[in-house]
Amino acid sequence: MPTIHLPTPLRPHTGGAASVAVPARTVREALDALVKGYPALKRHLFDESGKLRSFVNIYKNDEDVRYLDRDRTPVAESDALSIIPSIAGGSPAAPETAAPPSLSNEEIRRYARHLIMPEVGMEGQTRLKAARVLAVGTGGLGSPLALYLAAAGVGTIGLVDFDVVDDSNLQRQVLFGSKDVGRRKLQAASERLRDVNANVRVVPYEERLTSENALAIVRDYDIVADGTDNFPTRYLVNDACVLTGKPNVYASIFRFEGQASVFWAAKGPCYRCLYAEPPPPGLVPSCAEGGVLGILPGLLGVIQATETIKLILGNGDPLIGRLLLVDALAMRFRELKLRKNPECVVCGPSPKVTKLIDYDSFCGIAPEAAAPPSGVPEITVEEFKARRDRGSATVLVDVREPHEWAISQFPESLKIPLGSLTQSLNRLSTADEIVVHCRTGGRSAKAVEILREAGFRKVWNLAGGINLWAERIDPRMAKY
Amino acid sequence: MIELSAEAATAIRAHGAAEYPEECCGALLGKAAGEEARVVRAEPLANIREDQRRRRFRIAPDEYRRMERLADAQGLELLGFYHSHPDHPAVPSDYDREHAFPFFHYVVMAVAAGKPGEVSSWVLADDRGGFRREPLVARITGRS
Repeated sequence: MPTIHLPTPLRPHTGGAASVAVPARTVREALDALVKGYPALKRHLFDESGKLRSFVNIYKNDEDVRYLDRDRTPVAESDALSIIPSIAGGSPAAPETAAPPSLSNEEIRRYARHLIMPEVGMEGQTRLKAARVLAVGTGGLGSPLALYLAAAGVGTIGLVDFDVVDDSNLQRQVLFGSKDVGRRKLQAASERLRDVNANVRVVPYEERLTSENALAIVRDYDIVADGTDNFPTRYLVNDACVLTGKPNVYASIFRFEGQASVFWAAKGPCYRCLYAEPPPPGLVPSCAEGGVLGILPGLLGVIQATETIKLILGNGDPLIGRLLLVDALAMRFRELKLRKNPECVVCGPSPKVTKLIDYDSFCGIAPEAAAPPSGVPEITVEEFKARRDRGSATVLVDVREPHEWAISQFPESLKIPLGSLTQSLNRLSTADEIVVHCRTGGRSAKAVEILREAGFRKVWNLAGGINLWAERIDPRMAKY
Repeated sequence: MIELSAEAATAIRAHGAAEYPEECCGALLGKAAGEEARVVRAEPLANIREDQRRRRFRIAPDEYRRMERLADAQGLELLGFYHSHPDHPAVPSDYDREHAFPFFHYVVMAVAAGKPGEVSSWVLADDRGGFRREPLVARITGRS
């Protein structure tokens, strides 16, 4: 039988035995058999949800099973498994008891314009140096935010992003330049921030923020600035901040409009007090779908940086309990009063959410989301080309908005924006074969659903939209 | 109750001062009898954290195994681990507790502005609920 070797601290639970033989064919079976035989071991090896604790490592002979097949790693009769604790720890996060850092002569020259203001001064500047700020996302909002925090001398800036710089980012993500296209965002961002201010320590987290890692990451910071563009991450950041007691400096943008606030459950409302439930998926378009004026995240990201620095300095009137609405087209700033919701499920007096949940399913996003509504009949760009080349009598409907036609279009298409489709059904005949397209296939899939509900049977969605056509069939056509 | 030999106490203090302002960490080897642990030697280990080294430490699993073997070879037991809190009091953090195991002794030393300060020792309750401070005796002169 395979054996499991136990570390010294767990041996009191096995009557002092250093090794235990277990009937098992996999690592999982071996651990289950061990815990069954010695139930007191369970709470030291597994957390409340039954997952192996993060600081418990399992080795098969000399290899960490994480690099084999994890739980499913097969074990043979002669194999020896070892439970090896990761020994870790650290000092408490209590900046007020820490000796304040001092400033070098170079730093004093650099921050001269701060130091001569009584609201900052040496005390404020050393506070900035001691501060730790986590920026979630290094996109349109995160770019100006991180640049200004670094320039202002915030000592530690954590960055969470796992993307690669794309051409379409440069219109607003001022952390990056043309030479960075194709590079990992965090690598390019770290270099740029080091260039702005080498006194700043940049801590990159090149991973998606998830319910598994969020608390551990957030815990190491004083303030979190949310620069994300999707609802699951926004709720995740909010809940992680509430659970760890951190302020969440929030902003969001769409087209010409933005919002900003400071959510801090200890002193005011949280994001869930404002929006208890996410909107149904698909109702609120993302910036990738609806577009955004490039300078708008600049404006809002700088507001986030301002609020962050005010919180660190402990000066001024923070946006706690206030929602700032920015309309860049009218250039109007309005303010709404926000109140703490006494029934808030996360920051109220009797919270129902006491640990991080599955935010994708909370926001109604199925695991393989992002894809257009399934079950809609599709046609590939290659099939459509063959059909077009044959001269088949197909009616092509373009459901994009009028300003998109100037970028690329099929000359023969019937142009009916998605929003006016239901009023324009009389322009189409159920006798015709109809192909519907948009930019990438999302809106046209909805259009196909509408048409099928209206009784059209011979209707297909052009998969991948006109952009895929430009990519695969007609390289002269613009892709956007 | 835990007793540090003069050699172990000196090694821990020197290690904490040398690594300041970052955290130091290491293993405690010695003999245990019931509630009493006598640390014969402190073995300095590398902090493998690449970030947050002023307030976090981690010891590689291979180093853990090496310490178990070293203890075995010398007829000693692996009694626990020590680490420093640069510019923080010698009190375990929540982070320490979450990562702790019962039975082990966790020795924490405050290092203020580079100077070794108070040393304390802690044991995790078996229900993982909290740390209990235990009496600690650091010997000043050698006694093998």
